[in-house]
Amino acid sequence: MEHIVIIGNGISGITTARHIRKLSDKKITIISAETDYFFSRTALMYVYMGHMKFEHTQPYENWFWKKNRIELKKGLVKHIDTEAKTLHFENTDSLKYDKLIIATGSKPNKFGWPGQDLKGVMGMYHKQDLENLEQHAPNNEICKRAVIVGGGLIGIELAEMLNSRNIPVTFLVREPSFWNGVLPDGESEMINRHIKNHHIDLRLSTNLKEIVSDESGRVKSIIIEGTNEEIPCNVVGLTAGVTPNIDFIKNSNIEIGKGVKVNRFLETNIPDIYAIGDCAEQHEAIGNRRPIEAVWYTGRMMGETLAQTICGNRMSYNPGHWFNSAKFLDIEYQTYGWVHSTKNKPDYEQHFHWKHEDDTKCITVSFNKNTNAFLGINTFGIRMKHETFDNWLTEKRDVDYVIKHLAEANFDPEFYKRHEPEILKTYTNHQLQKA
Amino acid sequence: MSNQINESMSLAKPEANDLSIKQKVAVALGIIGLFIFGLAIFNTHFPNKTLFLTLSIGLITLGTILFANDAYLKKLEGIKNDGVWFKSISSRGVLGWMTGVLLTGFYIVLYFYPQYLGQTPSGEPNTGLISLFDPLSRLLSGNPASQWFVYGTLYTVAILVFGYKFMLKYRHNRYEQLRTASVMFFQLGFAFLIPEFMSRLNASSDYNLPYYDLKSMWPLNYYLFDSWSINGLLSSGALGLLMLLFGIISIFVISPFLTYKYGKRWYCSWVCGCGALAETAGDSFRQLSSKKLSAWKLERWLIHTVLVFSVVMTTAVIYTYLGDDPDTFWLTRSAFLLGVGILLTLVFSITMIFKRKELGKDARYGAIGYFVVIAVLFIMHYTGTSDKIFLIKASTLRSAYGLYIGSIFSGVIGTGFYPILGNRVWCRFGCPMAAILGFQQRMFSKFRITTNGGQCISCGNCSTYCEMGIDVRAYAQKGENIVRSSCVGCGICSAVCPRGVLKLENDTMEGRINSNEILLGNDVDLMTLINKK
Repeated sequence: MEHIVIIGNGISGITTARHIRKLSDKKITIISAETDYFFSRTALMYVYMGHMKFEHTQPYENWFWKKNRIELKKGLVKHIDTEAKTLHFENTDSLKYDKLIIATGSKPNKFGWPGQDLKGVMGMYHKQDLENLEQHAPNNEICKRAVIVGGGLIGIELAEMLNSRNIPVTFLVREPSFWNGVLPDGESEMINRHIKNHHIDLRLSTNLKEIVSDESGRVKSIIIEGTNEEIPCNVVGLTAGVTPNIDFIKNSNIEIGKGVKVNRFLETNIPDIYAIGDCAEQHEAIGNRRPIEAVWYTGRMMGETLAQTICGNRMSYNPGHWFNSAKFLDIEYQTYGWVHSTKNKPDYEQHFHWKHEDDTKCITVSFNKNTNAFLGINTFGIRMKHETFDNWLTEKRDVDYVIKHLAEANFDPEFYKRHEPEILKTYTNHQLQKA
Repeated sequence: MSNQINESMSLAKPEANDLSIKQKVAVALGIIGLFIFGLAIFNTHFPNKTLFLTLSIGLITLGTILFANDAYLKKLEGIKNDGVWFKSISSRGVLGWMTGVLLTGFYIVLYFYPQYLGQTPSGEPNTGLISLFDPLSRLLSGNPASQWFVYGTLYTVAILVFGYKFMLKYRHNRYEQLRTASVMFFQLGFAFLIPEFMSRLNASSDYNLPYYDLKSMWPLNYYLFDSWSINGLLSSGALGLLMLLFGIISIFVISPFLTYKYGKRWYCSWVCGCGALAETAGDSFRQLSSKKLSAWKLERWLIHTVLVFSVVMTTAVIYTYLGDDPDTFWLTRSAFLLGVGILLTLVFSITMIFKRKELGKDARYGAIGYFVVIAVLFIMHYTGTSDKIFLIKASTLRSAYGLYIGSIFSGVIGTGFYPILGNRVWCRFGCPMAAILGFQQRMFSKFRITTNGGQCISCGNCSTYCEMGIDVRAYAQKGENIVRSSCVGCGICSAVCPRGVLKLENDTMEGRINSNEILLGNDVDLMTLINKK
């Protein structure tokens, strides 16, 4: 029986395993050094916040794996021998495979800051990071202040986590506004205000210079570049993005760039070895997507596609319309299609922005200013239907149609106040002014 | 760390966020209020019962309101589950267990030893805690209090004050606010005040209305067809007859129609008193319900067994009530039994013919099993093998049902075990009404929870906070709609979802169950392929 070995028990690896099992009887082994069982990484924050216990983040009960004949092996792979089709582990164990799937995900970026490896400095990605945080920041007596470096999604989640235990947070963001490499200015500024409303000390256009150690090798404070201001703190969260977690592959003959290089079929340069999820890098980016997509949903789609290939139906990774979602403290965010940030916006892309007077809800609709074609939407504080936007993007609707029919896409709970009439009114005024 | 131990992973002390000064004051006020009840139980003689009763209920109410204000109003609107698993009360800690034992103890005393609360044989004046409630009871119904009046008052106060807390907690969510306002209204008006006023009417010799909660339906209200209840209603002229008719129409017409349109939630989480207590006072315990597959299996067997028991018992009770002579009243025992037999066969056949595919294998076997049991009972009756089941044993069945299901299951376990097993233990495992409505919901309701395309990140908030123990995530991560008999439509899964993936909807029957694993985001080819197989 063909032996499929998957390194990594994240959403990509697990999705592949589940779909291979649905389609075939192959022997499947999943290897992870992080945890015994699959858990939802995106939910780690809720464990620290006390919304859930760790077991709640595990989508399948522990008997599921045995019942579905998916073997789980705990261990850290040190080297891949592609000639002998064998994996070598840190503890001298080895394992033979017929087909290998690399799904090792990513690790937090470190940019060579002085002090970045001190005790109390951590990312927020692995279960071990959470355990680390629990040790260094169990409450606001042991951790008097935390500093977060990096203004992205993980950064704001970490801020929310610490905030839930009343630990004061200073949030250093390199850009002049939160996540404005991705979000248009109006949205980014609204989130800035929302962060400050939670009493988080948001410092925009601020860079970290160094992390200062105390006598015992623990974090004592950080120093800000330029002003040289020193902020005493006990925990530093480094959340300036992630890189593929592929160090153990560097001494094999698998081709790598930033991640493991794959073609559209998710195949590496070595036959029978594939890479998916955060650690895979496309030779050429697909559409507006990045060559490396560190997103839950794309990992899942790649897993599903690869399971088809492994089970004899060779299929290319062909993602549909872009979508994503997140939550900024209390504000939910969804995006469908492409809405570029103000600074990265292509020439043809124009935005219509509407913001509710309570400053917690807004939408941005992007369209092609030459053809009026609808390109995408960002929504904050209003839930919208995935399927509807997927259809509108496929049908290439124009922006007028989308705004007029926005109510059809609403996914807010019953009895919620609806904002479509106000959005339409703002849009109509906007058009009149232009005319 | 071992997964076996199920630690919260928190190194913080159980109460990571200490109580604020205001909260401590609020707790103190509430405890003083409860202390007055404690004194009353030990027969303390209060100089002015009205004053002390007002004081105790007032202090408890004030304490809860102040606590809730301080907990929620000083924060921004949003989901407030921070530290739920670190708090002793809400994570089966010492406080949780203590509360569970206290509640259970209270129910045992209330149902089986009311004399400890001060209940005396009729005619003698009350003592103890019950006598403290005499002034309020006299004000409302003109009669002295009973243990049930004390219970009803405390129950209503709990729903009102914790309802207020719930509304503050979910003040960003209008669905939750309206739903809570609705259960508060039905509890105060229909379950508490109206029945009290109705017994005022009994002062007139023309009326003999039994204590009747208009919104409580058979089989939840299992005593509707007891002889005292029917006699009471029939002896009260047109009004009584109307109420009996309303009771019957609500079983066969009103409730199936509303369930068809809105799912069982119109009852379970907008009207029902048991649901009201679970949603308000029990809200802190919703995350404790087990989501294991084994719990789901147990639930399906248990709740349907209770339903069958309740059907058999009610049939027996009505059968005993009726006569044999068709000349005195058209509805004779035989006619009634035949009617029940036809109705059950009809429901069973229609389900098996049209909805067989929607039932799981074990559910099919269960349904057939239960049907056979009932059929055998009927055959035994008509062949004369045993008329005892329906004749002599009716009262035994009725009292067994009242004891085991009505008291022990719904009260002692159902509410007493809130802090251990979650807040909807009774609704989930025992309520026959929930079983009937759930069956209707599963088979022919427009209600479902829809999933928003491929946006689920499997975080597990929905499953954790589902009080009915539904593994919502299992459906959401596949992009499937959720059509489950047990869903009471509380809407919390939708509220706690950080990605806006879940929505309670009433829509057309068509496409209600989409078992295709549609993961939007993959290109059309892959979707077609997956949907094809």
